[in-house]
Amino acid sequence: MSTRLATGGRLIDRTAPLAFSFDGRALRGYAGDTLAAALLANDQMLIARSFKYHRPRGILAAGVEEPNALVGLGQGPRFEPDQRTTTTELFAGAATVSQNAWPSLNLDVGALNNLAARFLPAGFYYKTFMFPRFAWKHLFEPVVRLSAGIGRAPAEPDADRYEQAYDFTDVLVAGGGIAGLTAALAAAQNGQRVLVLEQTAHWGGRAPVDGIAIDGKPADAWVAETLAALKALPNVTLRRRTMVAGVHDHGYVIAQEAVADHLPGADLPRHRLWRIRAGRVIAATGAIERPLAFAGNDIPGVMLAAAVRDYVVNWAVSPGDRTVVVTNNDDAYRTALALLDAGLVVPAILDARASVTGALPAEARARGIRVLEGRGVAKIKGGKRVTAVQVCAQAGEGAALETIACDCVAMSGGFSPVVHLFSQPGGKLAWDAANGMFTPDPARAPTGADGRPFVTCAGAASGALLPAVCLADAHAAGGGTGPAPQATAPDEAPMQPVWMMPQGAPPALRAKMWLDFQNDVKVSDVQLAAREGYVSVEHTKRYTTLGMASDQGKISNINGLAILSDALGQPIPATGTTTFRPPYAPISFGAIAGEARGEIFQPLRRTPMHGWHEENGAHWEPVGLWRRPYCYPRAGETHAQAVNREVANTRQHLGLLDASTLGKILVKGPDAGRFLDMLYTGIMSTLPVGKCRYGLMCSENGFLIDDGVVVRLTEDSWLCHTTTGGADRIHAHMEDWLQCEWWDWQVYTANLTEQFAQVAVVGPNARKLLQALGGIDVSREALPFMTFAEGTLAGIPARVFRISFSGELSYEVAVPASHGLALWHACLAAGAELGAMPYGTEALHVMRAEKGFIMIGDETDGTVIPQDLGLGWAISKKKPDYIGKRAQERTHMTNPDRWKLVGLETLDGSVLPDGVLAPAPGVNANGQRLTQGRVTSTYFSPTLGRGIAMGLVLRGPDRMGEVLDFVAGGKTIKARICDQVFYDKDGEKQNV
Amino acid sequence: MLTLTCPYCGVAAEETELAPGGEAHLKRFGPGASDEDFEGYLFARKNPKGVHFERWRHAYGCGKWFLAARCTATLEVFGTYPAQVSEPPPDIIAAIKAKRPDWKGYP
Amino acid sequence: MSEPISALGGASAEGFARVTEAGPLGMITLRGDLAAPAVASAVKAATGCALPARRAITTQGENSAAWMSPDELLLLVPYPEAAATSATLEAALKGRHALVANVSDARALFRVTGPKADQVLAKLCPVDFATLPAAEIRRTRAAQVAAALWRSNPDEISLICFRSVARYMFDLLAVSARPGSELAPG
Repeated sequence: MSTRLATGGRLIDRTAPLAFSFDGRALRGYAGDTLAAALLANDQMLIARSFKYHRPRGILAAGVEEPNALVGLGQGPRFEPDQRTTTTELFAGAATVSQNAWPSLNLDVGALNNLAARFLPAGFYYKTFMFPRFAWKHLFEPVVRLSAGIGRAPAEPDADRYEQAYDFTDVLVAGGGIAGLTAALAAAQNGQRVLVLEQTAHWGGRAPVDGIAIDGKPADAWVAETLAALKALPNVTLRRRTMVAGVHDHGYVIAQEAVADHLPGADLPRHRLWRIRAGRVIAATGAIERPLAFAGNDIPGVMLAAAVRDYVVNWAVSPGDRTVVVTNNDDAYRTALALLDAGLVVPAILDARASVTGALPAEARARGIRVLEGRGVAKIKGGKRVTAVQVCAQAGEGAALETIACDCVAMSGGFSPVVHLFSQPGGKLAWDAANGMFTPDPARAPTGADGRPFVTCAGAASGALLPAVCLADAHAAGGGTGPAPQATAPDEAPMQPVWMMPQGAPPALRAKMWLDFQNDVKVSDVQLAAREGYVSVEHTKRYTTLGMASDQGKISNINGLAILSDALGQPIPATGTTTFRPPYAPISFGAIAGEARGEIFQPLRRTPMHGWHEENGAHWEPVGLWRRPYCYPRAGETHAQAVNREVANTRQHLGLLDASTLGKILVKGPDAGRFLDMLYTGIMSTLPVGKCRYGLMCSENGFLIDDGVVVRLTEDSWLCHTTTGGADRIHAHMEDWLQCEWWDWQVYTANLTEQFAQVAVVGPNARKLLQALGGIDVSREALPFMTFAEGTLAGIPARVFRISFSGELSYEVAVPASHGLALWHACLAAGAELGAMPYGTEALHVMRAEKGFIMIGDETDGTVIPQDLGLGWAISKKKPDYIGKRAQERTHMTNPDRWKLVGLETLDGSVLPDGVLAPAPGVNANGQRLTQGRVTSTYFSPTLGRGIAMGLVLRGPDRMGEVLDFVAGGKTIKARICDQVFYDKDGEKQNV
Repeated sequence: MLTLTCPYCGVAAEETELAPGGEAHLKRFGPGASDEDFEGYLFARKNPKGVHFERWRHAYGCGKWFLAARCTATLEVFGTYPAQVSEPPPDIIAAIKAKRPDWKGYP
Repeated sequence: MSEPISALGGASAEGFARVTEAGPLGMITLRGDLAAPAVASAVKAATGCALPARRAITTQGENSAAWMSPDELLLLVPYPEAAATSATLEAALKGRHALVANVSDARALFRVTGPKADQVLAKLCPVDFATLPAAEIRRTRAAQVAAALWRSNPDEISLICFRSVARYMFDLLAVSARPGSELAPG
């Protein structure tokens, strides 16, 4: 059993006990524990069930590489699945639950899959769920979904908050072990700005656990001194609990800081996503121990050797009373020695190497441990916990030579440098055959904006596994000039790559050798994939799911591709690795979203009158990022009733619209007229000062992109109104042409959209209202249709444009935004006895449709040219050029068979559904019905008391009076093609 | 994520401060142009693996369009320059040739 | 005439830095040939400010002149003076190709005050505040909207954004300044 030792534990505080729970069982740990350490201390080795076979799964590792020991953590709005117990700091009240087990962890029905394991080989899904086709959707997928996935999704919105932050540095050091600290100090002493990020809560990495001495001091003391030196430097920033998740192009680094994971409920951001620009990245990310592939290596109690050591030394946790060490290298002997130091029993060390003579083995032997050379594990005995190891000859086929009772197995298959941060941005690896590992190839490092390498691995991450070379390597990586720190540690003899144990294992054993513990991929699965023709490692990964789980194969990938290479009969470097993609370990969605949630999920644009609309019950319509009142429903009114009332009131009396969102772009300069003639299809240079003209803008592709009223303010300045959604886009469009094509033209633009609040005053009483406000002569004579006047209205500096989008007598009044609300109030007050009522965007749409005016985005969709819309009158025939003119001369654009705009009236007066199509006889090449028309705008017209619509119809204007069948939801609606102007065809109302 | 230095304001802006504008140095063809020329202007775009010239706008900065010479394979930036030119200036050409001796040159 | 109402009417929030919407401020966009001596002297005459160099902001009394782009300045003056200052500039630049626009109402101004003001902005803007000089105006992005910011005093950063997104900006700044969320290393 696993238990807490009576003494020791360099990271725990025995004066600070913490209560927590696992599957409802009340447990105790200490401050400084990880969840995994605390669970082990309570003899909770069994943590989860595996993904596919529901095999019992225990704690394998002590760090970020852990594949098995994931739990659901927290409750209610703080519940989160798949939390790695090995990296989660214990906190008081931590409630954890096991995953992937039903009804319980100990009695799991899904474990039946295990009995059927030989019927669930690699590629099982692809082979089994192919036929019949319909069964996937109705039978297979629902069943697969029930059992698939690890962990349970949270049911409530996340109670925590998250944020992001930017940082900049010359040198970013990922990893706060002895290599990272050495590199950081070297770089800092060169005067560079240095940022050191350590993923755990502790500095120093594993050197203190391994008993390394540096510069004659114990590692802990050296780490403390070096940290103090770094903290004293103003050019160094140190951050713990911050994991570098990704290194991207041009030195862009993403890191996640776990600000308050260990302080749940504190009023702090839980995670902070750092977005860092680094001149250079030093990846001092260490190395990860590999498991050995022997039968039963997934049984709880089989652990990585260095992890066993970590639990004993860091947290005073004994993973077992009797631990057998299985290894192919000297480092694992440190584990045996640490266990002895803690008073635990090591019955034997099984070493795959034929002859073991190094200093660490010598010490083990001297302390009385049996060291069995050339030996391996035939199989592990046990179910939910290891009970014994069957020993065999590594060179043989697995015949048991002896059985050793134990409750823990510490295995080591050698180390893999953590090259992720080097590989993510494109660094290439080299194969080190002697140590059986991929190392970063400095000659093929990722390059930055300047074409020079920008990621260097340092220490174990670069393959310098032994302490002495590790520090020299890290010192050099940091650009150190003086002597490197000197580490003292016993010499280690070479490891011997062992990819399968024993090397001649028969199929029955190979089917119990786990490579990927989380995704249940075994040696036999990879070999099967190779037999079935999978040659590419990327394809094999996807076929077998090797390395695809949340641990992304940190411990499994190298073993897997070694097995694949062997099966393919090629050297490991010929197989290569799968692509290393960010994030290094999972980061939270909360951190990715950052502050962007709730009220500030998106910027919401507000006009100066927004608050009034809100207070007066506006129902909102999002228009781009703006919110505009759709209508102002009164008590008991539906939205449709409100719209009808607003339309009727505006047509009969007086309506007020907040039109502030309309784009307003000032264009000024000696060449401004010439420029606008190129920008618009019509001629703006001839517009007299004081006059307004409707204009259309097209893309160079000929398609209509925006429309609006252009006003000639002075001899050399024009004010261009754009659609609400078009303001920024059209301003950018103007600047693009001015800067990149006609850069010698003397034109300046300024986007004044937000400088002005604008109110549309519409209806028969509009003039009376402005006269009541006073200050500007708005009489028919002084201010005719399509002119403007400037002055002071209601005491506010204002421009009054006499323009109409409704067909009524109408003015648009622009005032500085700071006075917008005052103008609105003034209009309401003076309009009270004139029947003034605010109206929203829907009434605006109804009224423009009654008049047959087009709306960008309704009648246009990026494929419509002005000629399609009967807007030829707004296109100059005289101009030699405008943006889009050449495109509109293409044969497709001049084809008489284009769909063109017409009005549509249903025979029964009903309202056509929006967007419906009118089928035509015949089918296209794909067998789909041909169509001949589409509804683009459709409303109930309260003015006419029936439905009105506009649509694009094949040769529509030539087919007046023809009745088309529109099909909607299986129903056919008959509508007659008619003139698109439904109301006041002669425009008498707006000209009063 | 790229960083490009705006030649107008000198800010080393990150990609989120910029708006992309596609291939640089397009020659406009308007009315009177042949269908082939117009098609080439409007639709035909280079897609090289290697040296490429692009338009970028410092949208969240000084608002100016500028041009960048960049390697699409390694993302190395050879230089950025103002947009008011119809072909890459000599210093940019020289910078590219220094880094990419095999480059066949503009266009 | 009615009193001008700024976007948020001077709202403020307290955190590890203080966030304040600064109320109405006169702002004038001037586009023109900044290399022309006539432009420099017009700016000087109208505001007292020297023509700012690239990315610089110059100050004279209550007035400032900020470099926005190679052909654009933003002049900051007291709100009531904006119209008159615009007219003065228009007159001084008459006959030249230039654009003067009073944009006092188009924007909102925020002050973020306190020794940790940088940290508030470092959560929102891809800007290296450690190397941002005192007399520089930096146009950038704050979360999802455009912003221009500068060190208006020791321990104070001023920030301008468009008026319509003033509430968004205020909320962003206030959230970023919440107590306890300092970017203190540990």
